[in-house]
Amino acid sequence: MTTGNGAPIIVAKGLKRTYKSRGKPVEAVRGIDLTVREGEIVGFLGPNGAGKTTTLKMLCTLLEPTGGDAEVVGCDLRADPVGVRRRIGYVSQAGSTASNALAGEEIVSHARLYGIGKAEAERRGRALLDALDLADVWDRKCGSLSGGQRRRLDIVMGLIHEPRLVFLDEPSTGLDPQSRANLWDHIRGLRDRMGTTIFLTTHYMDEADALSDRILVIDHGAIVAEGTPAALKAGVSGDTITLSFADHETAERAADIAGSLDGADTPEVEDAVLRFRVPNGGTALPQVFSALGQAGLTPIGVEVKRPTLDDVFLTMTGRSLRD
Amino acid sequence: MTFFNDLWVVFTRAMRLSLRQPLWVAIGLLQPILYLTLFGPILEQVAQTPGFPPGDSWQIFVPGLLVQLGIFGGLFVGFGIIAEWRTGVIDRMLVTPASRTALIAGRVLRDVIVLVVQAMILVGAAWFLGLRVSIWALLAGLVMVALLGAAFAFISYAAGLAIKSEDGFAPVVNFFALPVLLLSGILLPMTLAPRWLQIVSDFNPFKHIVEALRAIFRGDFGSPEVLLGSVLAVLLIIIGAWVGNRVFAAQTK
Ligand SMILES: Nc1ncnc2c1ncn2[C@@H]1O[C@H](COP(=O)(O)OP(=O)(O)OP(=O)(O)O)[C@@H](O)[C@H]1O
Ligand SMILES: [Mg+2]
Repeated sequence: MTTGNGAPIIVAKGLKRTYKSRGKPVEAVRGIDLTVREGEIVGFLGPNGAGKTTTLKMLCTLLEPTGGDAEVVGCDLRADPVGVRRRIGYVSQAGSTASNALAGEEIVSHARLYGIGKAEAERRGRALLDALDLADVWDRKCGSLSGGQRRRLDIVMGLIHEPRLVFLDEPSTGLDPQSRANLWDHIRGLRDRMGTTIFLTTHYMDEADALSDRILVIDHGAIVAEGTPAALKAGVSGDTITLSFADHETAERAADIAGSLDGADTPEVEDAVLRFRVPNGGTALPQVFSALGQAGLTPIGVEVKRPTLDDVFLTMTGRSLRD
Repeated sequence: MTFFNDLWVVFTRAMRLSLRQPLWVAIGLLQPILYLTLFGPILEQVAQTPGFPPGDSWQIFVPGLLVQLGIFGGLFVGFGIIAEWRTGVIDRMLVTPASRTALIAGRVLRDVIVLVVQAMILVGAAWFLGLRVSIWALLAGLVMVALLGAAFAFISYAAGLAIKSEDGFAPVVNFFALPVLLLSGILLPMTLAPRWLQIVSDFNPFKHIVEALRAIFRGDFGSPEVLLGSVLAVLLIIIGAWVGNRVFAAQTK
C-alpha cells in the first residue's frame, strides 16, 4: 500500500459548480478542496445527486467550474485543458460506445485520437480486453454485449492510452460479483505495476472499503469526511450488538438490562429484536450474557457488527447511504 | 498535423457506422428517385403553363431537387448526434486531446460524402429520364449539394447538441423546414406564384440558391442570379461552420 507519499497529482481549491435548471440555480458542488497524491487509489463516496459526477467532469475538463481552481497532473484546468486531457483517462458513468459499432473499432479509433498508431492500439486493446475477461468481443457489436461486458469495454477505452491518472465514475455498476472482484484486482494491479493514480466514485461501501487507500465522503456538494477506511470507521462509536428473543416482552425486559451496562447507548427494540451499541462488542458480549442470565433471559440469536462505511455516513449526515 | 489525423479518425468512424446501416443509405437514395419518377412527369405537364420560366422541365426540376437534397440531407443529421450524446460517445471524445473542430467536421465530412453520392445517383437517374446539361453544370450542382449539406449538417449538429432531446429537436426542424420548402420554389418555380408570394419568397435565401442553380443548368453561368446564389451559399457554410464549432466547444462550458 502506498498512501500519501507521492507528489500531489490533483490539487483542487474551492471547486464549485452551479447549474442553471429552469432558471433556478442548482448548487451541485459547493467549493470543495481536495488533494490526491500520485499512486493513490481514492474512493469518492456519496449518495445519488451528491455531486460526484459533477466534480469528476470538472476535473476532466468536461465541465467548466463556476468557481475555484484545480491543477491536474501538473496542468491548470482552465489555462491548459488540452494538457490535462493528454494525461488523464476518464470512464464516464454514461458509457462510451455506439451500439452498432464493433468493439475493436471503437477501441482503435479512440486510441488514435490520442495519436496512438493503429497496430499499437490493437495490441494494447486486445491485451486490456484479455485482462478484463473480454477476449472474444473484438468483432462484436457493442450493442450486442451484456451490460456488464459493455461496462468493462468502457473501462478498456479509458485505459487505452495508459494515462497516469484515471477517473472512474461508478466503474462496477452492473457487474456481477466475479467481474467486480476481477475489476478490483485489475485496478489494484494498475496502481501496483504502473503506478497509475486512480480516482473512482462509488456508492457501494464495500467497494470503497476494499479498494481505496483513502476515502472522501461527499454529500450535498461538500466533502463531509476524509480518511483511510479504517480511520473513518474507527471514528464511529462502537459496534452494534443485535439480540433476538422469543417475544417482544422479553426483548423489552432485556433492553432495560442492556441499557444499564457500562458504555452502552440507548437500546432500541423492534418486535422481538433488541439492538444497541457498545464501544467494543467482543468484550461486552460476556457481560451482556451474564447479566441477562441472572435475570433469567435467554436470547435465541446474537450478532455483533463492526461499523461499516454506511455507519460512517449515517453519523456524518444523519442519513443512510442505502436510502 | 493532429487536426487532420483527428478529422480522419472521426470521419472514418462515422462513415463505417453509416455504411453499417444500409437501410438508411438506401432510403436516402430512394427519396430523390421517387421525386423524379413520381413528381417529374407532372412537372412536364406544368411546364406548358404560362409563367413557367425558360428551359425545359428537367433543367428546372433537377436543380430544385438537388438543393432540397442538400438542405434536408443536412438538416436531419442532428438526430444522430443526440443518440451519440446519449450513449456517452460525445463526452468520451471530448475528453481526448482531439481538436474540437475535427470532432464535428469529421462527421460533417461523412454527411457531405453521403449526400454527394446520393446527388450523383439523382443526376444519373435524371439523365436517364431526359435531363441534358453540360458537365460543368452538373459539377456546379454537386458542389452546391456539398455546400448546402455541410452548412446544414453543421447547424443541425449544433441544434441537436444544444437541445439534446429528439422531442425538442423534431419540432425545431419541422418549423424551419416547411417554410423553406414552400418559399424556395424547389418543387414549382416561384414565377408561377401570385405577386405577394413572390415578394415574400425574395427574402428566402434558398430561393436565390435554387435560381442560381437553374441559371447554371440553362447554361447561363454569367447571370447575376448565379453570383447572388453562390455568395449566399458560401455565406451559409461560413455561418454554419462557425455556429457548429461554437456549440461543440461550448459543450464543456
Ligand atoms: N446538467 C445539469 N443541469 C442541472 N442540474 C444538474 C445537471 N447535472 C447534474 N445536476 C444536479 O447536480 C446534482 C449533482 O449531480 P451529480 O450527477 O454530480 O451527482 P452524483 O453524485 O454523480 O449522483 P449519482 O450517484 O446519481 O451519479 C444533482 O442534484 C443533479 O440533479
Ligand atoms: Mg454520478
